Amino acid sequence: MAVVFQKTKGLTDKQTHYCPGCTHGIIHRLVAEVLEELDVLGETVGVAPVGCSVLAYEYFNCDMQEAAHGRAPAVATGIKRALPDKVVFSYQGDGDLASIGTAEIVHVAHRAEKITTIFVNNAIYGMTGGQMAPTTLIGQKTTTSPYGRDSNITGFPLRISEMLATIDGAVFVERVSVHNPAAIRKAKKAIKKAFEVQLEGKGFGIVEVLSTCPTNWGMTPVNALGWLEENMIPYYPLGNFKSPEEAK
Amino acid sequence: MAKGIVIFNEDICKGCALCTTNCPVNIVVLDTSRINQKGYHPATLSDPDKCIGCANCAMMCPDNVITVERF
Repeated sequence: MAVVFQKTKGLTDKQTHYCPGCTHGIIHRLVAEVLEELDVLGETVGVAPVGCSVLAYEYFNCDMQEAAHGRAPAVATGIKRALPDKVVFSYQGDGDLASIGTAEIVHVAHRAEKITTIFVNNAIYGMTGGQMAPTTLIGQKTTTSPYGRDSNITGFPLRISEMLATIDGAVFVERVSVHNPAAIRKAKKAIKKAFEVQLEGKGFGIVEVLSTCPTNWGMTPVNALGWLEENMIPYYPLGNFKSPEEAK
Repeated sequence: MAKGIVIFNEDICKGCALCTTNCPVNIVVLDTSRINQKGYHPATLSDPDKCIGCANCAMMCPDNVITVERF
């Protein structure tokens, strides 16, 4: 008899406030499992964003710091520069990272800060009630685009990973998804690689994780995973955009 | 003969049903005859004897409800 799956020590016992079926829970677990496997839980400082995951500091079993909206990479920079031996990561949603925090994420990459960012992209603002985000797909209905996003008025969804991959300081950029067990295993590998890049001191690493928002998309959690696969992955292709071998 | 055991921490289950979608032997279901202390139908196994201990259900669970053991 062998235990093949149990809750990681990287998460606290607190129950999350996330809606049923929200994939934040899966992504939290992957990050926590990676930190546990790399045996760095005691040396890690995470930075929580503003958004649905604003309370992430209650769930990760490592030191955590809350940042102002969008400023998690700036706060993480400060922590990493003051405590260069620590493993520092920021955990941010698309409203936080791709909208109000675009300047911070671009410049943290441009300065090649040795931190890791977990970017959770669910194409909508979750916490504030389902408004349109920069990552909202064309035609996607939200509370502020009730007839579907119209590119004549609001432009086109922002592909953050592709954008950051053009910056030399970003040495690891990968987009993954969590819509089925195979995708989840790949996501964990990418997150582990991103943390290893930081541990080796090579530069900035970011993993974009496509996620669902069943509540604000107006779907059941199971249908939301299907919607992600059918609609988000074609626009946000999965894969590695940059790894340290290429960056040299 | 079951090859695995799935243990559900039922009280923290949110009944999202993500665990039911990827079971290769289709035995993970929501128990619609009961509600847990959160007010959701908790996930359970319809036929524990068929379990192969693959842990796909635990992999999909966002709330760390599931522990899997294999013989």
